[in-house]
Amino acid sequence: MGDRIGDVGLRLLTLLAALAAVALLGAIVWKVLALAWPAITHYGLSFVTGETWDPVKKVFGALPFIYGTAISSLIALVLATPLAIAIALWLSELAPGAARGVIGSLVELLAAIPSVVLGLWGILVLAPFLAQHLEPWLHDKLGFIPIFGEPSPTGTGLFTAGLILTIMVVPIIASICRELFLQVPDELEEGALALGATRWETIRGVILPSTRTGIAAAIILGLGRALGEAIAVTQVIGGGTTISANIFGPIDTLASKIAASYQGAGSGLEQASLLYLAAILLAIGLLTNLAAQIIVRVFDPLRGTH
Amino acid sequence: MSAASPAFSLKPSGQLRRRRLVSRLMESIGWLAALLAVGVLFLVIGSVAVRAWPALSWDFLTQPPALFGQPGGGISSAIVGSALIVALATAMAVPFGVLIAIYLTEFASRRVAQPIQLVLDVLNGVPTIVTGIFVYGLLVIGHGQSAYAGAFALAIVMLPLVSRAAQETLRLVPAALREGSLALGVSRWRSVVGVILPTTFGGILTGAVLAVARAAGETAPLLFTCSIFNPAVSTDVSSALPNIPVLIFTYSEQPDQALHEQAWGAALVLIVFVLLASLTAKALLARSRRKLGR
Repeated sequence: MGDRIGDVGLRLLTLLAALAAVALLGAIVWKVLALAWPAITHYGLSFVTGETWDPVKKVFGALPFIYGTAISSLIALVLATPLAIAIALWLSELAPGAARGVIGSLVELLAAIPSVVLGLWGILVLAPFLAQHLEPWLHDKLGFIPIFGEPSPTGTGLFTAGLILTIMVVPIIASICRELFLQVPDELEEGALALGATRWETIRGVILPSTRTGIAAAIILGLGRALGEAIAVTQVIGGGTTISANIFGPIDTLASKIAASYQGAGSGLEQASLLYLAAILLAIGLLTNLAAQIIVRVFDPLRGTH
Repeated sequence: MSAASPAFSLKPSGQLRRRRLVSRLMESIGWLAALLAVGVLFLVIGSVAVRAWPALSWDFLTQPPALFGQPGGGISSAIVGSALIVALATAMAVPFGVLIAIYLTEFASRRVAQPIQLVLDVLNGVPTIVTGIFVYGLLVIGHGQSAYAGAFALAIVMLPLVSRAAQETLRLVPAALREGSLALGVSRWRSVVGVILPTTFGGILTGAVLAVARAAGETAPLLFTCSIFNPAVSTDVSSALPNIPVLIFTYSEQPDQALHEQAWGAALVLIVFVLLASLTAKALLARSRRKLGR
């Protein structure tokens, strides 16, 4: 009798915990929407395309921050994806036995560095270096392309944020890709090598094509991280509300605009608008993660090979 | 076989040489990429260590921050506050996460387990600043900031990590152990609590340590829940407590050399803690895998 109660009790208890996790996600969505509701009813969807954020005139629009989020994440992904895939290939295919474990662990440690520490390094070490060396150099050599405009005097700006995000995203994409590459059956690789393919041809012809969807999911997960990062970006992006083609200029992302206002916002409308930004960020974050998870679940990365 | 000259040459033709060259080139790019990642890691840790050096002293670790405008002072109150907040968050997230993992591995059918797992994975992807806003709306509006609100926000960040780690170890438990226990007539709940859970202790501990390492450095969930505090040492969790991540964040935003030095010192303390925790987790994981025979 006692065992019957124990069995049912444990089952119920664990079921409740699982349901509570589902309820938690629901509560997050509901609460953030409820907080943003005054601004949502006030602005409707035109908030998303509003180009002005002016607390003095009390005009608020999200477009500068959506732009900042999109471009900083884009910079991060453009730099991080090839780098991370190269690291993952090196770890899974090329590394000599002893180096593999050590370097693999070190790349994982890169992901363990707290974002606030990375941001501190970004603002006090990386930004001055960029302001004095890299940005003027890029402006000199490639200044005819509008995105490499006037260097930032302090080194803080969209480009710096993109670089810091790159450092955060590389270990995420690399560790997922390494697992994928290790799953490719040895026979496939050995078959290609036996046919006379060079190592690179094996990678390009066998390993990368058979893990394509998994790589896509890894990139989207990296994107999710880049979009949602608030702290390190707030520290290095400079803070601004003007959309400019120059990637060295200061702006804010959705997440960094919210974080930067933690000591309180002026008017009630400004506060509600910040919460509207949070609702947009939540929606984007949920969609990217859902997309990545669905890709992982629906497409077996090695479909048809075993 | 006669020694007639072969119809083909074993000397690489131009085409093959080119293919080999491309392959070599790509291989060296792989080496460069790996070295670059490790280089950045050492660069960051190295600059933190070098710049933190002048700030470090016994007083730095044991004194509360100096009053405004005065030199010296330390981060003892932030260390105490961070320890309390993270301990509270762990106490919330670990039991909850383990219960979810038990349900998913021991009781749920595949059809039920999959959507719940999806929810946990999506929860893991919620931007942490939004988690902070959620807790702000739930616990801070009308009540003010507090250490337990911060801990609750951190617990939400930890939950998917703990649950995932617990599931992975529960799945490693050999079926023979589970079946043996049931075959001896032990009821389901007794075999879960008495047989299966004890064997997974090491794995769950690993997951908990990793989640603690992550939570200790999380700033965004604390910004709206536990960031406006009295800098003195306190253990009152119903008020906002000073903590290391928020301290580094606020100091880094000030144009003050002395505060920057303190921020570097605090960053070194944090980074040493996180790296030690990660290494401990790795060692624990290797040990528990060995014990489970994998």
